[in-house]
Amino acid sequence: MKRQMLMAAGIALAATSVQADVIAPDDVVMSEYGEVFESLTGVPGDAARGAEIFASRSGGNCLACHAVSALSDEPWHGEVGPVLDGVATRWEEPALRGLLVNADMTFPDSIMPAFYKVSGFTRPGDAFTTRPAPADLQPILEGQQIEDIIAFLMTLTDY
Amino acid sequence: MTRKALLGGTSAAILAVLAAGVGLADIRTGGELVINGEIAIVTETEPPEHLAGVFDTIYSGWVFRTDETRAMQADDFDNPGMLYVEQGIEAFNTAMGTEGNSCASCHENPESLAGVRATYPQWDEEHGEVQTVEMQILECQTERMGVAEPYGYDSQEMRNMVALIASVGRGQTVNVAMDGPASEAWELGREIYYTQYGQMELSCAQCHENNYGNLIRADHLSQGQVNGFPTYRLKNANIVSIHNRFRGCIRDTRGEPYAVGSPEFVALELYVASRGNGLTVEGPAVRN
Ligand code: HEC
Ligand code: HEC
Repeated sequence: MKRQMLMAAGIALAATSVQADVIAPDDVVMSEYGEVFESLTGVPGDAARGAEIFASRSGGNCLACHAVSALSDEPWHGEVGPVLDGVATRWEEPALRGLLVNADMTFPDSIMPAFYKVSGFTRPGDAFTTRPAPADLQPILEGQQIEDIIAFLMTLTDY
Repeated sequence: MTRKALLGGTSAAILAVLAAGVGLADIRTGGELVINGEIAIVTETEPPEHLAGVFDTIYSGWVFRTDETRAMQADDFDNPGMLYVEQGIEAFNTAMGTEGNSCASCHENPESLAGVRATYPQWDEEHGEVQTVEMQILECQTERMGVAEPYGYDSQEMRNMVALIASVGRGQTVNVAMDGPASEAWELGREIYYTQYGQMELSCAQCHENNYGNLIRADHLSQGQVNGFPTYRLKNANIVSIHNRFRGCIRDTRGEPYAVGSPEFVALELYVASRGNGLTVEGPAVRN
């Protein structure tokens, strides 16, 4: 048991030294308004990749709740959240990052999931398997995926 | 994308408020469901007292489905769920267990059980617990029929039998008791209903109370009523139980569901059923 923990710590260390600039979910610093000023990875986001993750059911699945004209080729836009056309004119980048990390800090009790959070859940599962979550539960999206989505959202300047 | 023009230029705050509202715009309320031209179904009505202030109207899941899906439920020849009811009838009349009894030995015919679906889950004095229809069937099998291997809680045989019992109760007004000895389970069910589960931290209420009528991907969210169960789901090409549906909904929050047949799901079933007091039994309903 002890040895396993040591090994796990070793692996975690190795992982961080490879991607030294990735901020772990528990280490993200949020302003009192729910903004996150620092990039989660230090690597600029890729808007095209962001659009894919936004639409993908196994990615962010943002389209389940939000409609957006820029992706009108994709079927089935949801109506649970606001239409995201022009969203870059309403929010600055740090606010968008904060919304994706944990929307509850901007909209208390939001139905929108926190995409970069790994603790504090009730009966978390291992993705959609119905099995309990593993001890090293990963956030729903990786830091770089969030940066990519932000880059995509920043292109949404038109209504 | 008609919303775009409407909302262009408005502030984020207004957008959020609009989005949080209930989107009944493209849901066709006011429809009428009469099964086989004779069983009148109440698909929308006043909410029970305990939901006053929460809903103006409670709706059956039928209201949120397409015309095609709705139509399938209006005629037993078009409702694939009725094939399972027929299997249920056969099992009802077949002797099982060491006592040589069939269900019919004690309950002359299925119609004699017409009042069951509308009043379950209900408190069982003898066992000192709230019982679902499934639990009642298991009780008959094990305590009265000497069945060594009773139906699994969510087995095909069990679902067939529950579908039969629902079908003979169609049109009866849902009226489950939530007071007296059942109140403890009801309170637990209520607590579960408002708890945010899983890594997505979603409660039943966030989807079915705050967002019914809205599209979530390709699905129109309903109020999550259970009066149509077991429902024939086109997606599964089979009938599904209430607990199986609860399990799927919690799974979809990236959560770990409670077990089918667990005290938590029994309590949740009682609570959700009580949110439908005033609707009518529809099972087997047709859903996508
Ligand atoms: C389960 C529903 C749901 C999902 C999934 C979801 N959101 Fe949201 N989102 C909302 C709701 C609802 C709001 C409005 C604020 C509120 O009421 O909490 C919102 C607000 C927002 C806003 C602010 C919008 C504005 O115009 O003010 C942005 C940006 C956003 N979401 C982006 C995303 C992205 C990107 C994803 C996927 C990675 C995503 N959302 C996934 C429900 C969701
Ligand atoms: C992320 C959103 C979401 C959450 C959270 C959720 N559900 Fe659902 N539920 C759905 C969708 C989508 C459907 C299929 C469309 C419909 O009937 O609403 C559904 C269907 C149902 C149905 C079938 C209704 C019918 O008429 O066939 C029931 C019952 C139900 N849900 C109950 C619950 C309960 C109880 C909970 C909490 C344990 C819950 N749901 C949580 C999304 C959700």
